[in-house]
Amino acid sequence: MATRSELLVESGAQAEEGLRHGGRPGVLRALVREPTAVAGLAIVLGMALVAIAAPVLAPADPAAVDGARRLLPPSLEHPLGTDNLGRDVLSRIMWGARLSLGTAALATTLILTIGVGIGLAVGYYGGLLDDVVMRVVDVILAFPALILALAIVGVLGAGIGSVMIGVVSVAWADYARVMRGLVLAARERQYVEAARAVGARDLRIVLRHVAPNVLAPVIVLASLEMGGIILAVSALSFLGLGAQPPTPEWGAMLNDGRPFIFAAPQLMVYPGVAISLVVIGFNLLGDGLRDVLDPHTRRG
Amino acid sequence: MAAYVARRVLSLVPVWVGISVLAFALSVLAPGDPVRQALQQSGIDAPSPEQVAEMRRELGLDAPPPVRYARWVGDALTGDLGRSIRTGEPVLGALAERFPRTATLALVAVVLGLAIALPLGVVSAVLRNSALDHVARLGALVGASIPSFWLAYLLIIAFAVQLKVLPVAGSTTPQHLVLPALTLAIGAAASLTRLTRSAMLEELSQEYVRTGRAKGLRERAVVVRHALRNALIAIATVTGIRLAALLGGAVIVETIFAWPGIGKFVVDSIGARDYPVIQGFVLFAGTVVLAINLAVDLAYVWLDPRVRLGGRARGN
Repeated sequence: MATRSELLVESGAQAEEGLRHGGRPGVLRALVREPTAVAGLAIVLGMALVAIAAPVLAPADPAAVDGARRLLPPSLEHPLGTDNLGRDVLSRIMWGARLSLGTAALATTLILTIGVGIGLAVGYYGGLLDDVVMRVVDVILAFPALILALAIVGVLGAGIGSVMIGVVSVAWADYARVMRGLVLAARERQYVEAARAVGARDLRIVLRHVAPNVLAPVIVLASLEMGGIILAVSALSFLGLGAQPPTPEWGAMLNDGRPFIFAAPQLMVYPGVAISLVVIGFNLLGDGLRDVLDPHTRRG
Repeated sequence: MAAYVARRVLSLVPVWVGISVLAFALSVLAPGDPVRQALQQSGIDAPSPEQVAEMRRELGLDAPPPVRYARWVGDALTGDLGRSIRTGEPVLGALAERFPRTATLALVAVVLGLAIALPLGVVSAVLRNSALDHVARLGALVGASIPSFWLAYLLIIAFAVQLKVLPVAGSTTPQHLVLPALTLAIGAAASLTRLTRSAMLEELSQEYVRTGRAKGLRERAVVVRHALRNALIAIATVTGIRLAALLGGAVIVETIFAWPGIGKFVVDSIGARDYPVIQGFVLFAGTVVLAINLAVDLAYVWLDPRVRLGGRARGN
C-alpha cells in the first residue's frame, strides 16, 4: 500500500497545479468516460449496497453458532462454507461490509473535517497558531501511521472505538499540512484579494472563496483515504485490537481463521478477497478522480 | 556541506522533543490507574491506601506530569527507558537486542522491492500503453490494495502448506526470512513501481531528453544515465519513507511469521498493557524515522548537485 504521505504529496502537487489552471467543469461527466474509474465506482457502490442490505441479503444470522456444522466446505446452503463455530461465512462477510465501510466512512469524515478545518484555519490566519499546529503535525508525520495508531490503541485498550480514535488522531495531520499549503497558495490569488478589497470578512472569504477552490483534491483524497482506513482498521482488528468477537469484521475473521489454516484454508481466503476488492475499488475511483481533476491528463 | 548537515541535525531537535512528549503523553492519557495495575500484576488485588501510596512513590507517579516527563526524558537520554512490566528486561536493551532482526527484514524487503520496481517502472514508462505497461499497472494497483496480513497467509498457504518448500514461521534458518521479506517486498514494489513509472514519464518529457536524443545519444544512455538518474530523487524519497516505516517495526508481518523483531515485541507488549515498552518503542521508532529522513536528505545532496550548490553554501 502506498503510504498516505506518498499519495498526498502526489495529489497535493496536482491540486496546486489545478489551482493555477483554474476551473474543473463537468467532473462527473468526465469521470464516467474513464473506464477504470467506472469500474472502481461500480465496486464501491456494489459493496455499499451489500453493506446497506446485509440484513436482507445475508442467507443466515452471522452470529448463529452451530456445533454440528463446523468448518464445512462451500455448499448450496453455505455458499462460502462455515467457520470454526459453524457460522455462515457469506453472511459474516456481508455484515462485515457494514462494519468496515461504516467505520471507514465515519473515520474518513472525521479525518477530513478535522484535518481540512485545521488546515484552512492555520493556513489563512498564520502566526503563532500556525507555528504550533505545524510542529504538532511534524511530530505526528515523523511516525509511520500504523505504528502510532497501534501505540494509541495499545494504550487505550482494544475495541473498535479505540481503533477509530487511533486512526483519526494520526491521519488528520497530513490533511492539515496539505490544506494549509493549498490555502497559502490560494490566498495569493486575485479573487481572494478582490474579496478582501470589497470588505468581505475572514470567515466569508475562507468559506466562500478559498474552500471551494481547494476542495477538489479533498474529494480525491477521501476516496483514497477510504481504502487506506479500511486496510488500517482491518489490520488492527487482525491483531485482535479492533472489533471484538463475535462481531463480524473482515480483519477479525482472518484472525479467527488462523488456527484452521491447514484444516480450512478457505477461511483465510474470502475475508481477504472482500478487503482487497473494496480497497481496489476505492483506489481505482481515487485514481480516476485524480486524472479527471488534473488538467494535465484530462482528455478532450 | 558540514554546515548543511549541522543545520539539518539542529532542525530535528524540536521534532525529537515533540516525539518524546508524545511518547510520554501516551502513559498519562492511558485509562485506569497504573499504580493499581502494577499492584495487581504483583498479586495484590485489594491494596491498602498505604500500599497504593508506597507503589505510587516507587513508580515515581507522585510528581506532576511535567516533572515526570523531565525525569523520563532525562533518563532516556542516558539510555534508560525503564523496565518492561511483562519481562523485567530494560526496555532499551530489549529493543536494541531485537532491532537487528527488524533491520535485516526491512533492508532485504526494500532491496527486493526496488529490484522489482525499478526495472518494471522504467520499462512500463518507456513502453507506455503497451501490454506490459497495462499488466504492470494492474499488478501495482492490486499489490498496493491487498492487505499485508492477507498476502502473508496467501504466501504461507502456497509455499508452506501446499508446496511445503518454506517454513511457516520462526527465525532459525535463512529460509525463514524468505516469506516475511517477500510479503513486505511485494507491498513496497507496488507503490515504488507506480512512482518510478510516473517519475520516469515526467523526466522523459523534459527538454534535456530531447537534446540527448538530438545529439545522438543511444536510447539506453538517455533513459538510464539521464532520465533515471533524475527520477531517482523522487524514488529515494519514497524508498526512505518505506524503509523508515519498516524499520519502525513491520508489526503485522513480524507477528504473523513469529519474526522476533521490535514489531512483534511491541504487539506482545500491547497485549500485556506494558506501558514502559509501548512508550519506549514510540520514542525508539520515532528516532529511527528521524535518522532515516536525515539520511535521505543527505542522499538528495549527493543525487542532485543543485541542492548542494544552489543553497546558501556557495550562491550564484
